[in-house]
Amino acid sequence: MKRLSFLLSLYRDYFANYMKTKLTYRGDFLIEVLSDLMFNGMNLVFIFIVFQHTPSLGDWSEAEVVFVYGYFMIASGLFSTFFNVWNFSERYIVKGEMDRILTRPAHSLSQVMLENMDPPAIVGSIVGLVIMITSWATLGLPFHIYDPFVLIIMVLGSCFIYMGIYTALSAISFFSDAPTGIGPLIYNIQNYGRYPVEIYNKAIRFLLTWLLPFAFVGVYPASFFLGRLDDWWMAWLTPVVGVIVMSLGLWFWNYGVRRYRGAGS
Amino acid sequence: MTSAYLDFVRIRFLMMLAYRVNYYSGIIIYAINIGAYYFLWKAIYGSAETLQGFTVIQMSTYVAVSWMARAFYYNNLDREISNEIVDGSVAIQIIRPYSYLLVKMMQGFGEGLFRLLLFMVPGMVIVSFIFPITLPTDPVQWIVFFVMIWFSFLINSQINILTGLGAFFFENNQGIMSMKRIMVDLLSGVIVPMAFFPGWAISIMNWLPFQAITYLPGSVFTGRIQGDAVWNALLVQVIWTAVLIVPIMLLWRVARRRLFVQGG
Repeated sequence: MKRLSFLLSLYRDYFANYMKTKLTYRGDFLIEVLSDLMFNGMNLVFIFIVFQHTPSLGDWSEAEVVFVYGYFMIASGLFSTFFNVWNFSERYIVKGEMDRILTRPAHSLSQVMLENMDPPAIVGSIVGLVIMITSWATLGLPFHIYDPFVLIIMVLGSCFIYMGIYTALSAISFFSDAPTGIGPLIYNIQNYGRYPVEIYNKAIRFLLTWLLPFAFVGVYPASFFLGRLDDWWMAWLTPVVGVIVMSLGLWFWNYGVRRYRGAGS
Repeated sequence: MTSAYLDFVRIRFLMMLAYRVNYYSGIIIYAINIGAYYFLWKAIYGSAETLQGFTVIQMSTYVAVSWMARAFYYNNLDREISNEIVDGSVAIQIIRPYSYLLVKMMQGFGEGLFRLLLFMVPGMVIVSFIFPITLPTDPVQWIVFFVMIWFSFLINSQINILTGLGAFFFENNQGIMSMKRIMVDLLSGVIVPMAFFPGWAISIMNWLPFQAITYLPGSVFTGRIQGDAVWNALLVQVIWTAVLIVPIMLLWRVARRRLFVQGG
């Protein structure tokens, strides 16, 4: 409990610091929000254009695919707000900032997360929620009193999957000081979890479900609300898979920190 | 002097070679991307034979070749330039006896050449084994295609330079750079060929330089554009290459007077 309140106080201070740096570059702040939205907008444009030429995508309608995308935006917006460590290897390993982190009392990963948090990304989550609610209405889905709570649990599970995978990826840098280029590889794969998995062949479906479980960040949890899963328990695996992946990621991070020797410049 | 510029190409090429492990993973990235878009398009086609004049085979060829062309023309000149402006090292570069922007172009070309030889060629071979694509048999079509992706490189680099120079005016232009990347990916036709956009969007895109980056070379390669239309497509690229020089020169003249180094 004491540790938690310590972390929360750190969070407040880092946030204040963040606001100060950001307000120095005011114009850029706005453009950052806009470019986040544009990225999501581009993916939506893709969906809209696709459905101008086909009535369905593997028997999923346009509103359903957009619904899944809305869900995906909520989870990925939340994830990028708190976990924006794309340049971990360059900043912390190559430039040696990891040594500074390790001399401090708070857990190394939480410090890295705090130093890199990106609050404008939360706008994406809000837009995602709006998209989801809109398609909820378009599809005429029934609304249950428990749905908001289920949504929170699912979104947390999805976020944990993201965090676990990217924590593990960042931790690879502890073992090699050259950039691995594996980040963009995973980044591309994560996009495929947004589309109905049955359109892929068996190999990609297996990859997206069990190896890099990005299907649990989009299509499986969203299908719970759409009511179109053959196996009802698939959606409920989202929080379970989330906790497992996050623990594996953390374990690998801690293992990497113990092995870390510093760049010695 | 020319040989000095060629040396910049050579040095960058060798630099890339030193980090080549990155590029083996790069080939896998592109293969996976092409694979996923292949399945997506297969689902979009469903039982349809052709959509917007693309047959299924043409579409998968288009997807493969446009990602591979992207490997050649893609570079991070915008990030390099803006980093050098922000940390102030551009000041040293400007006083050296060469054209800073031309050197950047050469370095970008060295990078593109590396990716062409060690990335695009092996990648294309691998992809053509996995996915049903048809490569053109007419050698002229190949030559024209390579000329066209050379212009894709020029136009894309010019747009990158323009965005990078924005750092003179915005101090921190991360947001603008990612906006540009998104626009290039969407409007150049890597993600969706231009013909699939609604009519009003096509008529706007016809007046933008982005189609010249991916859509035109991809269409020529898949045989969607044939005969005299090929020369028209090439002409569009040449015109855009020439036109884009103007804003770069203007911006460069204004920008050099504005340079102030943050904490340098």
